[in-house]
Amino acid sequence: MSNNGLLKSSLAKKYLMALTGLFLCTFLLGHLAGNLQLFISGGEGQQAFNEYAEFMTTFPLVKILSYLTYASVLFHIVDGIVLTMRNRKSRPVGYVKEKGSANASWSSRNMGILGTIIAVFLVSHMQTFWYKMHFGAMPMHEGLKDLHTVVLAFFSPENSLGLIAVVGYVLAQLALSFHLVHGFQSGFQSLGLRHPKYTPVIEKTGYLFGIGVPLLFASIPVFLYITQL
Amino acid sequence: MDLTLNVWRQNGPEDKGRMETHPVSGVSPDMSFLEMIDMLNDQIIRDGGDPVAFDHDCREGICGMCSMFINGEAHGPGRGVTTCQLHMRSFKDGDSITIEPWRASAFPVVKDLAVDRSAFDRIIQSGGYVSVNTSGETLDANAIPVPKPQADEAFSAATCIGCGACVASCKNASAMLFVSAKVSQFALLPQGQPERASRVKRMVEQMDEEGFGNCTNTGACAVECPKGIDLSNIARMNRDFLKASAEGE
Amino acid sequence: MLDSKIPEGPLADKWTSHKNNINLVNPANKRLIDVIVVGTGLAGSSAAASLAEMGYNVKAFCFQDSPRRAHSIAAQGGINAAKNYQNDGDSVHRLFYDTIKGGDYRSREGNVHRLAEVSTSIIDQCVAQGVPFAREYGGLLDNRSFGGVQVSRTFYAKGQTGQQLLLGAYSALSRQISKGKVEMFTRHEMMDVVMVDGKCRGIIARNLVTGELERHAAHAVVLASGGYGNVFFLSTNAMGSNVSASWKAHKKGAFMANPCFTQIHPTCIPVSGEHQSKLTLMSESLRNDGRIWVPAKKEDAEAIRKGTKQAVEIAEGDRDYYLERRYPAFGNLVPRDVASRAAKERCDAGFGVNETGEAVFLDYASAIQRYGKTEGNIRGLKDPSLAEITELGKQVVKAKYGNLFDMYKQIAADDPYETPMKIYPAVHYTMGGLWVDYNLMTSVPGLYAAGEANFSDHGANRLGASALMQGLADGYFVLPYTIGDYLSQDIRTGEISSDSPEFAVAEKEVKERISHLINNNGTKPVDDFHRRLGRIMWNECGMSRSADGLKKAIEDIRALRDEFWADVRVPGTDDGFNPELDKAGRVADFLELGELMCKDALERDESCGGHFREEFQTPEGEALRDDDQFAFVSNWEFTGDPKESKLHKEELKFENIELKQRSYK
Repeated sequence: MSNNGLLKSSLAKKYLMALTGLFLCTFLLGHLAGNLQLFISGGEGQQAFNEYAEFMTTFPLVKILSYLTYASVLFHIVDGIVLTMRNRKSRPVGYVKEKGSANASWSSRNMGILGTIIAVFLVSHMQTFWYKMHFGAMPMHEGLKDLHTVVLAFFSPENSLGLIAVVGYVLAQLALSFHLVHGFQSGFQSLGLRHPKYTPVIEKTGYLFGIGVPLLFASIPVFLYITQL
Repeated sequence: MDLTLNVWRQNGPEDKGRMETHPVSGVSPDMSFLEMIDMLNDQIIRDGGDPVAFDHDCREGICGMCSMFINGEAHGPGRGVTTCQLHMRSFKDGDSITIEPWRASAFPVVKDLAVDRSAFDRIIQSGGYVSVNTSGETLDANAIPVPKPQADEAFSAATCIGCGACVASCKNASAMLFVSAKVSQFALLPQGQPERASRVKRMVEQMDEEGFGNCTNTGACAVECPKGIDLSNIARMNRDFLKASAEGE
Repeated sequence: MLDSKIPEGPLADKWTSHKNNINLVNPANKRLIDVIVVGTGLAGSSAAASLAEMGYNVKAFCFQDSPRRAHSIAAQGGINAAKNYQNDGDSVHRLFYDTIKGGDYRSREGNVHRLAEVSTSIIDQCVAQGVPFAREYGGLLDNRSFGGVQVSRTFYAKGQTGQQLLLGAYSALSRQISKGKVEMFTRHEMMDVVMVDGKCRGIIARNLVTGELERHAAHAVVLASGGYGNVFFLSTNAMGSNVSASWKAHKKGAFMANPCFTQIHPTCIPVSGEHQSKLTLMSESLRNDGRIWVPAKKEDAEAIRKGTKQAVEIAEGDRDYYLERRYPAFGNLVPRDVASRAAKERCDAGFGVNETGEAVFLDYASAIQRYGKTEGNIRGLKDPSLAEITELGKQVVKAKYGNLFDMYKQIAADDPYETPMKIYPAVHYTMGGLWVDYNLMTSVPGLYAAGEANFSDHGANRLGASALMQGLADGYFVLPYTIGDYLSQDIRTGEISSDSPEFAVAEKEVKERISHLINNNGTKPVDDFHRRLGRIMWNECGMSRSADGLKKAIEDIRALRDEFWADVRVPGTDDGFNPELDKAGRVADFLELGELMCKDALERDESCGGHFREEFQTPEGEALRDDDQFAFVSNWEFTGDPKESKLHKEELKFENIELKQRSYK
C-alpha cells in the first residue's frame, strides 16, 4: 500500500482525529491555566491576566503552537464531518427500534452533536474575545491591551446579555465535558495505546480531565457574574 | 404466553420493505427464540401465507448464521448469546417484540431477516490466513512453544463466529471488531509473524472497500458480541496498522 | 464386484507403498483438470484447499452463507492424534487398535491404520496454520483423555475445537479463493450428480438465493456433505445438515454402506418439549471429570421427577453411579454406545430424573472438591475451609469447561456449578455413509466421498474426537493424493462440457421435482412430516432395535412418504430465496433413507457398536456380535425403491487384530 493508501484508510482518519483531539486537550490545559488568573481579584489580577494575554498573542513559540491549535481544530472538525458522512452511508436504512443505551454510553453515541455545539460555541467565543484582541479596538491598561476589563464587562450584570452569556458558557462546557469524557480515552484507543495495566489509569484520568477541566472553565463566568452583582 | 411480533418483511434487496405484525400465542418459556419463529412460520404456512425467511443453522451458538436484531439489540437482550440461544423466558406474557435484520450497506438484505455477509469472507480472503501449504510436512507441533497466556489470548480472539452482531450494533456499522479479532489471533502467535504487517494492511483495505463505517470507540460491538471479543483487539489492530504503514513496504 | 483396493503388504507399510505406487498427474496437467467439492466442513474445506494448492481447478459448494459455517464448527471436545506427547504409551498402533475396537470390529484395518498414521501430521499442519490449541504453562500442547481409550491423546481448544479447526481449514480455503484457484459457491445446494459414459462428470446445483439451476461440469466430484443424523429430526446436527447430496449419488449408483450405524451420543441436554427443534450436545470431555448417576431407589427418582426432592438431597449411599458399577475399568469413560445404552436402561427401568423420565445426572460436585484441594495445595493454602476449596474447584472447572457450563445454563436455566446437570443420549453422528474404496472413491467412477459422508473408518461406533481427525485426514492428506490415481487417466480428456444431453436430462429431472413440490398445494408444512419421520426412526431404529419394530417402521415410513408427496405444502415460489422449498427436498430424501436404514438394521442379525438389536444381547445386556455371520460391510445398491435395494457384502479381513468381545469392565 502506498502512503496515499494510508491516508485514504479509515484508520488514518481515526489517527488524525485522535492526535488532533489529544493535542487540543493540552491546549485546554494551557488555556485553563491562563484563565484561572481571572479568579485573582483587583489590580493584581488585572495585570496578571493582561500580561498572560499579551504573552499568548506575541511570544513566537506560542504563536507556532497557536497555529497548530487552529489547524487541529480545523482538521478535527473536517475529519469529524468526513467520518460522520461515511458512517451515515454505511447504514442507509436505519433500525425501526434501536436501543443504543443498552450497549454504549450516551456521550460516545453523540460525539458529532456534542462537537457541533462546541464548534458553535467556539465561533461565538472567538468572536467575543479572540477577534477583538487580535483585530478589534481594545481599551489599554498599563500599556497592555486590557482584555481583563473586556472579559469582566462581558460577564457582568450590567451587560444586558450577561446572564445569557453565562448560561451559554456553562452549557457549552457541559457539552465539552461529555465530549471529553468519551474523547480522551477514545483517542488512546484509536492510537492503539491500550494495555491491561495502564488503560484503567487512562480511563480514570479521562474522567477527571473531562469533568474537571470544563467545570473549572465554567466556574469562571459564574464567578465573575456573581462577584459583580 | 402470548406475544405480538413486529417483523421486518422484504422480498429482496431491491424491495423497500415494511414492518408486519403477527400475534403468536401458546409460546413456552423453554422455547428458544428461533423455535418461537418456527412456530410463527408453521402458523403462517398453514394459513397459506409466506413464512418469514431467516438465517440459522447449528442452533447451538457457534455457526454464526443466526442474525436477528431483536428489540433494538443484536441477538436480543441476552449477553454472550446468539439468537438461537436466546430463550423465551427472557420475555414476558403480552410483550411486543420488534425483529429486524442486521442493517448495513455492506450487508444487503437477501430476504426478510436474512442478509448477505459475504463481505466478511472477502475480508478473510484478503489476508486472514497464514500462508502455509497443507502438506503436513511442517515443523513438529511442539517445536515452537507458545506461552500459555499468549495462546489463550489468541484463542479468545479466534472464537469470533463471524455473525456480524458487531456491525449490526455499531451506530456506524463498523466491522472493526470482526477484522481485529482475526488480525489479533495471528498477531499473537509466532506462526502469524512473517505476514503480520501485510496482513493487517490488506485486511483493513478490504474492510474499507466493503463500505463498513468507521470505529468511534463506542464499545457497543464488544457488549453485544455473543463471544465476548474484547476491544483490546481493536486497539491492537490500530497499533499494528500504524506500525505497518509507518514501516512501509 | 466391490474392490476395496486395500494395498498388499504389511499393515504399517500399506499407505506409504500405496502413495509410492499410485499414478500422479504432473503440475501442467493439473491445470487442465476440474474438480468439484460439495460441502465445506473439515473434509470439504481441507480437500478443496489442498487440491487447489496442488494445481487443480476447484469449484466448492456449500448451502450456508459462508464456508465457515459448516457443522464441523460445532464439534466441541477435541481431535485425536498419536503424538504421545504425554508419554503414556500412545502410538500409531494403539490409536489404530483403539479405533478398530471402539468401532466394534466393523471397519477396515487398512483404512484405520492410515488414519492413525496421518493423525500426527494433522496436528503439525493445524499449528502451522495458527490454530490456537490449548497449551500448558511450559508453552507446549495440552492433551486430555476421551471415552473408550486409556491414554491422553486428544488435542483441544477449550470446548470449541471443531470451530478452531474449521476456521483453520477455511483460512486455507480462503487463501486459495483469493488466488483464484477455488471458485466458491455459497448458498448453493447440490441437486444431483451427472453421469456421462458411466463416470461422474459434474453436478446440478441450485442457487438458493435466485432459485436458478446451474450446471457444473468437472473431471471428478468429491462429496464432503456430512452425515445424515437429521433423519431423526431431533439430533445434534445443524438444521440444514442433510443426506441429499449422498442420496442423489446413491440413486445414481453409489452404494450406501452400513446406513443403520448411527451414533447416539450419551451427553446431550434432554428434550424440553414438543417445540424442540434440535438437541444440544454437551462435550464428551465432561465425562472426564463428571460422574453419571441416577437415584438407587425408585421412590427417590419419582420424587425428583415430581420436583419434591432435589438431586443434592440424595445421600451418597442412595446414588447409583451405574457406569462405575457396571464398567469398573473404564467407569464414566466407556465408549459412547455403551454409555448411551446404559442411560437408556436405567431410564427404562424407571430411574429417570426429569419430567419425561428420560434424563440422568452428570455431577461435578466431586470434581469441584478434587480440583479445589489440588489448587489449594498449589497455592500453598493451609487447611482451607470447605467453602474455599469449593470456590477454588469451581474456578478450575470454569477454566476447563466454562463455555459448556454457560451453554447448559442458558438452555436448561439451571446452574451446573451448584446442581448436577441433566443429560440424555441423542443422535449425533452417522458411521454409515457412501461406500468408498481405499482411495475414497465410491462405487461410481470419478465420484469421491470424504469425512462423515463416507463410511470408511469408524465401524459400528466412532470414538470421541475421531470425527475431526477423519475429516481432516481425508481432506488434507488422503484424497488429494489418491484422486490423482483416477485423474491421471483424464489428462487427455479436455474440458468437460455441461451442454451434453446428460446434463440436460439431469437438470430437467431436478426442475420437475421442484415444481412438483411447489405446486403440490397440500395442507401440512414440511416440518410436520420430518417430525413424524424422526419419531418413527427414534423409536424403532434408535438406541435399540427389534425385528418387529423395524418391520413396522418400514411400513410406517412408506405410508408417511406417500402422505408427504400427496399433502406437503411448500409456500412461495421456486425462483427466489425459499428455505421451505430447500427443506422439502431434503426431507423427501430422508423419507427414503429412513426406510433403507431400517432395512439395513433388520438385515443385521447381531448387535455391534451403535446397532443394538434387542434379540442379540448377552445375559448382562451387552451387545452380542456375530463375527461368523456379520463381519462384513453392508452395501446397498439402489434399484428404484428403497424396499428393493440390493445388498452387496464386503467381507472384513482382520489380519492384525484378534476379534474379541468388546469389554470395558
